[in-house]
Amino acid sequence: MSIVCRFAALGRPLVAFAAGATLAFAAHAQAPIKIGAFLSVTGPAAFLGDPEQKTLELYVEKINAAGGVLGRKLQLVAYDSAGDADKARTFVKRLIEEDKVDAIVGGSTTGETMAVIPLVEQAGVPFISLAGAVVIVEPVKKWVFKTPHTDRMACEKIFVDMKARNISKIGLISGSGGFDKSMRAQCLEVAKNYGIEIVADETYGAKDTDMTAQLTKMRQNAQIQAVLNAGFGAGPAILTKNFRQIGMTVPLYQSHGVASKEFIKLAGDAANGVRLPAAALLVAKSLPFDDPQKKVVVAYEHEFESRYHQDVSTFGGHAYDGLYLVVDAMKKAHSTDKARVRDAIESTRGWMGVDGEFNLSPKDHMGLDLSAFRMLEIKNGDWTLVK
Amino acid sequence: MSAQLLQYLLAGLTIGAIYALVALGFSIIYNASQVINFAQGEFVMIGGMASMSLIGAGLPLPLAAALAIVVTTLVGMALEKFAVERARGAPVVTLIIITIGASILLRGLAGLVWDKNIHPLPAFSGDRPIAVGGATILPQSLWVLGVTLVVVAGLWWFFNRTLHGKAMLATSHNRLAAQLAGISVRRVLLISFGLSAALGALAGILVAPITFTSWDIGVMLGLKGFAAAILGGLGSGPGAVLGGLALGLVEALSAGYVSSAYKDVIAFGIILAVLVLMPSGLLGQRSAERV
Repeated sequence: MSIVCRFAALGRPLVAFAAGATLAFAAHAQAPIKIGAFLSVTGPAAFLGDPEQKTLELYVEKINAAGGVLGRKLQLVAYDSAGDADKARTFVKRLIEEDKVDAIVGGSTTGETMAVIPLVEQAGVPFISLAGAVVIVEPVKKWVFKTPHTDRMACEKIFVDMKARNISKIGLISGSGGFDKSMRAQCLEVAKNYGIEIVADETYGAKDTDMTAQLTKMRQNAQIQAVLNAGFGAGPAILTKNFRQIGMTVPLYQSHGVASKEFIKLAGDAANGVRLPAAALLVAKSLPFDDPQKKVVVAYEHEFESRYHQDVSTFGGHAYDGLYLVVDAMKKAHSTDKARVRDAIESTRGWMGVDGEFNLSPKDHMGLDLSAFRMLEIKNGDWTLVK
Repeated sequence: MSAQLLQYLLAGLTIGAIYALVALGFSIIYNASQVINFAQGEFVMIGGMASMSLIGAGLPLPLAAALAIVVTTLVGMALEKFAVERARGAPVVTLIIITIGASILLRGLAGLVWDKNIHPLPAFSGDRPIAVGGATILPQSLWVLGVTLVVVAGLWWFFNRTLHGKAMLATSHNRLAAQLAGISVRRVLLISFGLSAALGALAGILVAPITFTSWDIGVMLGLKGFAAAILGGLGSGPGAVLGGLALGLVEALSAGYVSSAYKDVIAFGIILAVLVLMPSGLLGQRSAERV
């Protein structure tokens, strides 16, 4: 089988030449365009990889049903890297050398993404990462792009909202996980650009079950006008309950790390009044009709939920954007030539995805700005948009 | 006393009481078998997760909690019957390794039977904090403290006033002599695993409304409970309670007054210091007496 595949791959440029004129008729005869993926479908980061894989499968199917790309079918070659950077490397090597994919969309976590960057850079394969950290695209790497918002943007969005409420001195509290630490560092770095002073900087352990001590300390600090929690998982929910328990009244901000119904379910009534930045997808239905993003996110939500009967997550949205960035670039380049596709991805402007409007450039391989985030406030156990 | 200090003390006592319940489970099994049961944290997890899913199935909380304790007790007894008892005669280290294996197995099974999400459990009597001299305490914390008191009293009665309890104590003091006196050591072992599992499940149910529950919550609570048992003196009931409360208080006070980043460092630093000065823990029997 693999021998046949390889012959087919060798023959592809010739077939492409011959078929140039009769593209539509040749669709079935041509080798498919291969999109490689490595995702954490199982393991601790399964909540990222699972919706990502489902999204890729769903949309590859839809694109094929609509006739494919450049008259060729798409073929998804997906591996489960289970959150393990070593496995990610092995699979990416296989994607490049054996499967000979035309582009790679994947890397659910920052760790997996960073581990494979040397491989894709060396082989020269367009790679769109689905992981969060800024380091993936800063400094810019020739072949590497990413679709999710960064934690720095989350900090900036929060600080902009604080400024609007005349808040300038805040307490920061963060967990000890990778996400929490990274966001804490970003917030500390950009705070002064927005005139925000961080007057208390507390932490808690990843599995801590009580944060009243840290919060009591903040309550005693009369300077603090708001509290920002950079966290992920159960920690922020416990913290929110503790916050209400000890009767703190200043505004509480959470990060986009808790932007899921799970958080509201866990924190219960205590969640009311909490503000957080989140992707538009979360509030797809309540976006105003003139919102340019509304059409895309509502359509994605409908497709995903009617197919899988589970709630959409923003992580699946990252995969949608990754796939379409590649597909649109191939259409624009009229080719699957890797260098031309890469250039086409980099020149994407004004494209509206699930995550926001993408404006990529040689200096910016993510291309989102703060408008991609919406500031939400939890009211009566549901998300509402902050005007 | 300042409101601030009072708040730290209340937080420390609540979490300390949970550590104490877990530590008691460690001590009971250690007494009966000299085995440190590293699956103790998994009993905590099964208690919380089972009551979560039973409540989800529509059962009222007291019934769900009772059933969850029964289920966990059976799991504990099954662990003794099918894993520990099979390897009787093996060195204690082997038995300890068996319990580590069992904890990984139980954790994996929990991930399959339930899921890998975090779940809340409703508080027993509401979420409205009670004000105490400028500080606040959750009704659930009172439940934790109250039930821990009842359990400690109950265990004292069991071990000092009932034949079964005395038989277990006798076994812990001298296994061979106990056997010669007609005590079924095998039954003592079975009961000790069942009792520890029940205690663990109780802790898991009490704490779930405060800390939530999930398939891997047993890792942290098991570790902290073990540390508390060591601090108080392995095998000593009062020691387990003292160790648990001390650990909880040290954590809360150091997070409040020193630095939240170093609270675990401070807590474990103190444990190390205590063990260097008093190798058998605060209330443990001197190991020399055992020989």
